[in-house]
Amino acid sequence: MQRSFEGKIWRFGDDIDTDIIIPTQYVALPTVEEMKQYTFEPLRPELAALIQPGDIIVAGKNFGCGSSREQAPEVLCALKIRCIIAKSFARIFFRNAINNGLLLIESPDLQDHCEEGDTVKVEINSKLVCNGKEYAIPAMPDNLFTIIEDGGLVRSMKKRNHVIE
Amino acid sequence: MGHTLAEKILIHNTKVKTCRPGDIVITKPDVVMFHDIYTPFVYDKFKEMGFTKVWDKNKVVIMLDHLLPTCLKDDPRHLRYGYKFAEEFGIENFHAADGISHQLMPELRYAKPGGVVYVTDSHTTTYGAVGCFSTGIGYTEMASILGTGELWARVPSAIKIQIDGELPAGVYAKDIILRILGDIKADGGTYKSLEFCGTTVDALSVDSRLTISNMVVECGGKVGLFAVDKKTAEYSGVDYEEFRWLQFDKEAEYEQELHYDATTLVPYVACPPYVDNVHPIHDVAGIEVHEVFIGSCTNGRLEDLAIAAKILEGKKIDKFVKFIVTPASRQIFKDAIAAGYIETLVQAGAMVTHPYCSLCQGRSGGLMAENEVLLGTNNRNFLGRMGSAKAKTYLSSPAVAAVSAITGKITDPRTVSK
Repeated sequence: MQRSFEGKIWRFGDDIDTDIIIPTQYVALPTVEEMKQYTFEPLRPELAALIQPGDIIVAGKNFGCGSSREQAPEVLCALKIRCIIAKSFARIFFRNAINNGLLLIESPDLQDHCEEGDTVKVEINSKLVCNGKEYAIPAMPDNLFTIIEDGGLVRSMKKRNHVIE
Repeated sequence: MGHTLAEKILIHNTKVKTCRPGDIVITKPDVVMFHDIYTPFVYDKFKEMGFTKVWDKNKVVIMLDHLLPTCLKDDPRHLRYGYKFAEEFGIENFHAADGISHQLMPELRYAKPGGVVYVTDSHTTTYGAVGCFSTGIGYTEMASILGTGELWARVPSAIKIQIDGELPAGVYAKDIILRILGDIKADGGTYKSLEFCGTTVDALSVDSRLTISNMVVECGGKVGLFAVDKKTAEYSGVDYEEFRWLQFDKEAEYEQELHYDATTLVPYVACPPYVDNVHPIHDVAGIEVHEVFIGSCTNGRLEDLAIAAKILEGKKIDKFVKFIVTPASRQIFKDAIAAGYIETLVQAGAMVTHPYCSLCQGRSGGLMAENEVLLGTNNRNFLGRMGSAKAKTYLSSPAVAAVSAITGKITDPRTVSK
């Protein structure tokens, strides 16, 4: 996995729940590709069309709260969001994101000091750099980093079951 | 050294000698369940991972509760995948339209005291009411458990919430949990175990405790646990003497302890668009409502219907209010018919539906238009959750909901003559 990269910021507030990320009326569409155009629809209906591969979401506390729907991290992966940096994450979303290979980074400060459209540079397990300022970030626990490195839990299990080498 | 209720159950399950918050343990769930919103995803991921059989078919439950009857054209596919998984892997614990999964799991005794249960739904915290360590996961993890019978868990730190005293008339379990959510906020319990005790809690019915555990996830809680008492043992069909280990330890370490005097509590309402935006009812009394909903895995149980029926006995709802009542399970529906509650509610003007997730899931009968106001007994009032992003949802107890259906505005049940 690439240890250092940068991307353009889409900035959100606190308590972005999974009903906002992908509303319930779309979660039974046949594929995630069909769902992804509705990402963030209740809050910012224009956004899904504007997000570019490699963009980064920066948010406040409790990102991903609410329903356990795994379609939430899946649509963000489908839009090719590179990672999410938030003050904190809700626990089911945290597990679901890791299991889909979506990188999450906790930073108590970045959201207060960045604007939408700014660029942030990420150095995994080390620091963030935005507008010339550095922000330390914690290392990820080994068991989780392994899942992300494997590219998600499905690939981890495929290895376990010798479906792939 | 003592242990929290969460630690005790994890020690019991994993056979480790001791554990502390932050430890990663490998749990072996007693039961897992997935429902119809996720059936195609679980099936596909399970196959893609390379599994050919489930680890223990007696420990797997499938429930169809969100999409029956179907309301959108892609819904039948989800039901078909449920049947397909059950047939292909020999799952006999299968329930279609028997009620909301979070009611059925404790009611049918799949979720029991001392157990560890994972379900693909955030409101899985509900079964903490019967002393079960139960929490929500995603469909990918469900697929991996179905193959391996294991899941890693981080041992949570815990908040002890002690509530003492007699609840005033017109104040219920829903008001207790709304007050707590308003105090500790939407992330105040993230990753943690919330553990409830005190004389008020001792006096609550199992139905009421289920309401409290159900909403623990609204502050981010991993589990919401009650000690096992004789009421739990009777509800779950277990021998109370065998669960003396599942009591509070005086020496257990809690990260935070909260105390409430029940006699000072009032009816509370969660205001849009956040569950932690909680106000005493006098702040919002008089707001006009267009729809009232009594149901959901939070408040669709027999005692909730009894409270509503008592208030609505011989009354009519406001003629401009749509009033939807959804019993949480088939058994509750039957019991409510036998007790006469359903007749009372229908006479008063309610639309009574069959037991399922109803409009709480935001994709079936009762969705709200722009500028409409809903008062519901369910658990979420998020932006756009139940129809238009410009509709407003307030959350309350069944008593507040029933009284407000009569007046057409948010009304304090304590102000209405008995």
